[in-house]
Amino acid sequence: MTKKIKNLNLNFGPQHPAAHGVLRLILELDGEVVEKADPHIGLLHRGTEKLIENKTYMQAVPYFDRLDYVAPMNQEHAFALAVEKILKIDVPIRAQYIRVIFCEIGRILSHILNVTTQALDVGALTPSLWGFEERETLMTFYERASGSRLHANYFRAGGVHQDLPKGLEEDIAKFCETFPKIINDLESLLTDNRIFKQRNVDIGVVTKEDALDYSFSGVMIRGSGVPWDLRKSQPYDCYESLDFKIPVGKNGDCYDRYLCRIEEMKESVSIIKQCLAKMEKGPIKSLDGKISPPPKAEIKQSMEALIHHFKLFTEGYRVPKDEIYTAVEAPKGEFGVYLISDGSSKPYKCKIRAPGFSHLQSMDYLIKGHMLADVPAVLGSLDIVFGEVDR
Amino acid sequence: MKNLEDLEKKINSELTTKINNTEIKHNQIYIETDKEDIIDVVIFLKTNQDTKFRQLVDITVVDYPEQNQRFEVVYLFLSHEFNQRLIVKYSIGENEVIPSLTNIFPSANWMEREVFDMYGVSFKDHPDLRRILTDYGFEGHPLRKDFPLTGHSEVRYSEDQKKVISEPVKLEQNYRNFDYESPWEGTKYIKEEIESNDKKN
Repeated sequence: MTKKIKNLNLNFGPQHPAAHGVLRLILELDGEVVEKADPHIGLLHRGTEKLIENKTYMQAVPYFDRLDYVAPMNQEHAFALAVEKILKIDVPIRAQYIRVIFCEIGRILSHILNVTTQALDVGALTPSLWGFEERETLMTFYERASGSRLHANYFRAGGVHQDLPKGLEEDIAKFCETFPKIINDLESLLTDNRIFKQRNVDIGVVTKEDALDYSFSGVMIRGSGVPWDLRKSQPYDCYESLDFKIPVGKNGDCYDRYLCRIEEMKESVSIIKQCLAKMEKGPIKSLDGKISPPPKAEIKQSMEALIHHFKLFTEGYRVPKDEIYTAVEAPKGEFGVYLISDGSSKPYKCKIRAPGFSHLQSMDYLIKGHMLADVPAVLGSLDIVFGEVDR
Repeated sequence: MKNLEDLEKKINSELTTKINNTEIKHNQIYIETDKEDIIDVVIFLKTNQDTKFRQLVDITVVDYPEQNQRFEVVYLFLSHEFNQRLIVKYSIGENEVIPSLTNIFPSANWMEREVFDMYGVSFKDHPDLRRILTDYGFEGHPLRKDFPLTGHSEVRYSEDQKKVISEPVKLEQNYRNFDYESPWEGTKYIKEEIESNDKKN
């Protein structure tokens, strides 16, 4: 007697702790082997691009915090650079260092979250407890500079909103001394751990060719052995003057991507240290009154400052007609802004290129033929945050 | 090719009539082409030894409702080998169907689905052209300029029916888009009123 065997359809999410947000993944299973994966996204779609078209350039910045909400300032950076290039304004050197410091803090924030939660998904609880303590410290740095732990709204076209408060530089320097030990602790739990390796080595392998074809960027492409990092290849702000290495993987599996992230955190610490050493006192935003608002004290004295202030916070500054694509190396990969201005004070179009979008797209290709238990491991190593995937 | 000017020359000489216009600005090359030639242009850019634009970064559309050819389709490419970025564009009318790039770049799949969802532009030979970002059963194309910022319908939980229902948007106050061209003229409707009064006089 023959028995008909039917494939099983399984709904993974939209509420699942290992889905890292609101992902609905429809899996077609043959026994425990995944035959097909169809991710349904958009459950966190907020219409960011439409909203930005209706706001002034300055009002658009907070929307970028809400994309990849574990590394908010990296996104703001891409938008600020795009506007600066169209306006052709220079950023004071101190502002560049401040921006790079906070971008690298964002990178550490994102990588800690990813490495530890991915470890959690494959069964290791302790790393997340240790890692999140450090994230808390880093978020207090965010708070001291910008006033909020997550949605910073700190970068502006032409610099940053305000200077660092007293003592923050020293505290960041202290953190840079203690943090490498924490990375070593995390590594002692994971890198040579037998279970962690069994769950990650040779899982979700991406070849060089496929990494290019599937529009991978960031750790996803470096894990497969392509030495490509926008901070090196198309440097922006003061990255050119800093000395850092780009870790590159060999096998393109989940384990190599984990190793890349760990090494990148170490490099980030070294970048922050260099910036702190090189930083000098000076202006922190463009001195052009038509673009950056005047200090509060000046408004009480100077008529011109008052007019600038009024115009900037009602109409906003106007940006000449142009179009540009600017990308930065966000922790998750190439985060880009394709900006079209039409001479008014609002962007005509602002397309946001999120790295997670193209990474998640390859889920079907990555997971085909793997076991069901590998789904969280692969999903974790893709480093997906739904704020940016759904926009 | 390492040099942008050389690359521009190369593209112009190899593709000749397929290219309508090229321009270099912001350290990137902007190319204008036609709907019919896009597949050939993309295959050339991807495979030629001197261009090697091996990665499709993004696909998007820009909406110009006042123009005859309403949509401008934009493709962003990246060459890792030569460290260059390239932007390819062409214009289409509202109901035109355009060729899909999914056979050349698998990553075009979701990007084209997003364009279809947001602008309502259809792709020929796309394997799976469904909506991607908007809700199941959504109507309209949100990023078109004539789609209102507040949308057409809103969702709430109905205590009477004991389920989530969708109904037309009710707003206490509409979104006001101020025109700042002159400090003496307020919103657009007041400006129009003043203009029509001027004509009468």
